[in-house]
Amino acid sequence: MKKIEIYQAWCKKCGICIAFCPQQVLEAGSLSYPIAAHPEKCTGCNLCELRCPDCAITVYEDEEELDGNPSA
Amino acid sequence: MKHKEHLIRKYLRPSKKMPTIWCAGCGIGIFMHALVRAIDRAGYGKDDVVMVSGSGCSSRIPIYLDFNTLHTTHGRALTFATGIKLAKPRLKVITIMGDGDAIAIGGNHLIHAAKRNIEIAAFVINNQVYGMTGGQCSPTTAHGTRTTSSPYGNLESAFDISRVVEAAGAAMVGRATVYHTPLLDRLIDMALHKKGFALVEVIAQCVTYSGRWLGLTSPADMMQWQRDNCVRVERAQGLSEEELAGKIVIGVLTNRERPTYNDEYRKLFAEVSKI
Amino acid sequence: METLLLEGNEACVRGALAAGCRFYAGYPITPSTEIMEMMARELPKVGGMFIQMEDESASLGAVMGASLAGLKAMPATSGPGFSVMQEHIGFASMAEVPCVIAHVMRGGPSTGLPTQPSQADVMQAAWGTHGDHPIIVLAASSAYETYELTIKAFNLAERYRTPVILLSDAVVAHTREAVTLVQADMEIEERPQPTVSPEEFLAYGDPGNGVPPMPPFGEGYRYHVTGLCHDVRGFPTTRSDEVDFLLRRLLSKISRDSDRLQWFDCWHENSETMVIAYGCVARAALRAVREARDKGLDVGLMKLKVLWPFMSTTVSNVLENCRRVLVPEMNFGQVSREVERVNQGRCEIFTLNKVDGTAITPPEIVRKLEEMHP
Repeated sequence: MKKIEIYQAWCKKCGICIAFCPQQVLEAGSLSYPIAAHPEKCTGCNLCELRCPDCAITVYEDEEELDGNPSA
Repeated sequence: MKHKEHLIRKYLRPSKKMPTIWCAGCGIGIFMHALVRAIDRAGYGKDDVVMVSGSGCSSRIPIYLDFNTLHTTHGRALTFATGIKLAKPRLKVITIMGDGDAIAIGGNHLIHAAKRNIEIAAFVINNQVYGMTGGQCSPTTAHGTRTTSSPYGNLESAFDISRVVEAAGAAMVGRATVYHTPLLDRLIDMALHKKGFALVEVIAQCVTYSGRWLGLTSPADMMQWQRDNCVRVERAQGLSEEELAGKIVIGVLTNRERPTYNDEYRKLFAEVSKI
Repeated sequence: METLLLEGNEACVRGALAAGCRFYAGYPITPSTEIMEMMARELPKVGGMFIQMEDESASLGAVMGASLAGLKAMPATSGPGFSVMQEHIGFASMAEVPCVIAHVMRGGPSTGLPTQPSQADVMQAAWGTHGDHPIIVLAASSAYETYELTIKAFNLAERYRTPVILLSDAVVAHTREAVTLVQADMEIEERPQPTVSPEEFLAYGDPGNGVPPMPPFGEGYRYHVTGLCHDVRGFPTTRSDEVDFLLRRLLSKISRDSDRLQWFDCWHENSETMVIAYGCVARAALRAVREARDKGLDVGLMKLKVLWPFMSTTVSNVLENCRRVLVPEMNFGQVSREVERVNQGRCEIFTLNKVDGTAITPPEIVRKLEEMHP
């Protein structure tokens, strides 16, 4: 299953990733930051990462292990 | 498997604070990211890339990126870029302009750079408005559009930047929108590797100063408009004038071989040294 | 040392090449076009780059690009083109991009008198672009001086990282005369280079003399250049302390060194009457001073080679030792204003303002000197 990481420090909540995810994986979560509400439906197409104006999304293939947020 | 650093971090200047200054949902950031991906794929050394920008929202891109960067006067980026490319041909010279930058005040430089076919990868981020100065009408604003400087509707009709540059003689011209990001990536790759003057017109949204006036109230709405109003150049050939009305043709618009100013000058050196 | 028959414009090109200029970008405009034509012929022979651009703004833009890439570069122009260049002269001052601009003055304003001389662009050379900015303006009065001052102009541009305007005029530019190119003694200066690693390098810090080192693009020092007010790293800033530091550094880097910019020639300097002149008028003035002395008038000449920053102390010393001064100019009084400012009422200032498109002649100056004498 893919993993989508939103780097909130850079995310401006513009909603582009949510609107154009082909599988509607992303939804506005708390404080309307996008979250991967249905990660199981993610196909790893990377469109959210490609279209993010602030480079705030990183898509991980097959649940590459996450060790917390990247350095500020 | 370890944590994956976002590609942009390899190219961001450490001392430049993020997030970027652009408004939430602005198309410029999407282009910057695409440009960085293309540069990474091309494998250029950071010392070998010179990024020249004019003046406006898009001109802030080079500040964030760890290359030789130059932020010039409004409309004149291509003149500086020409000097750099001639003085040190081994450098990869990339120029970034807005629509006003490139085809209003900088129009004379744009058509001459194209005619001269000097080896520069030029990118025009066309959001059909002067964003930095607060939403004035630009040479690419559609006829009838209301802006702060055309409050009763734009009296003029829009330039087709790509066709102007193609007519002026550029070796390669392509157009994409920031919605069509995979296509944008391919066009940037082509432009970076093209021998001669290569221009990519990047249709992007200005949410704050254009979208609101057009009733497109969110970045997604504006990108949806891009999706619904573009026609691939391959398909456009088969369509009539009426069918193409109001549509933006995207893809590779021209790709040809033409003598570049740099090559011609190299030949000149060879000739002159014989005298 | 070779002696050649050269016009001013040719001498300018020879001086530029001798100084190490290897890039020219320009646009045709009378009376400077010969400079471009000769550069087009000569630069390729020495491995230099020439390009005719689409207008004068583009010309100076390309020159600055070449300078940032590490070359000594120049355009040449005249009145109308010089006006088009002003925005970029400001960029060169703000971003401290070394370049020399040969400006051959013609009748103005506007299209004016393309083939005839004037000296009416002096203040434009100093103040043409907007904002307080550092700039150096030199004036040549002969083919040899055009050669000599072009070399010195490049040295100053490199030394202070500033645009340097070399003023000539339609007479000096197109007067062909025997010139001995004495270049051996003239040292060629290069812009300062960093002595620290790229990580420690501050693109716009003050190393002490106000002139930051300037590595060329593409050599390992990746820095940002902008026309916006910028901090010591070169990034845009609006912080008032940083803006104040930048502008005071820019303005002081030349003014603090003004004792090295006192270039002038003097004949009979402690005379009762002094003529202060520059450019082609200085040659007529020398002839006139000699004739006036033959008629018994106690008169001398000071020929200014640096017009900006104005040589206040040197001119003041001359004013101290004389009773009256004549400033003959082919304009309505531009350098004369500076002389009056420095004079502080000490001696009487007379002006001879000829604006009919022809050069001031020795008899005109002699007649004026006779009128001035009690």
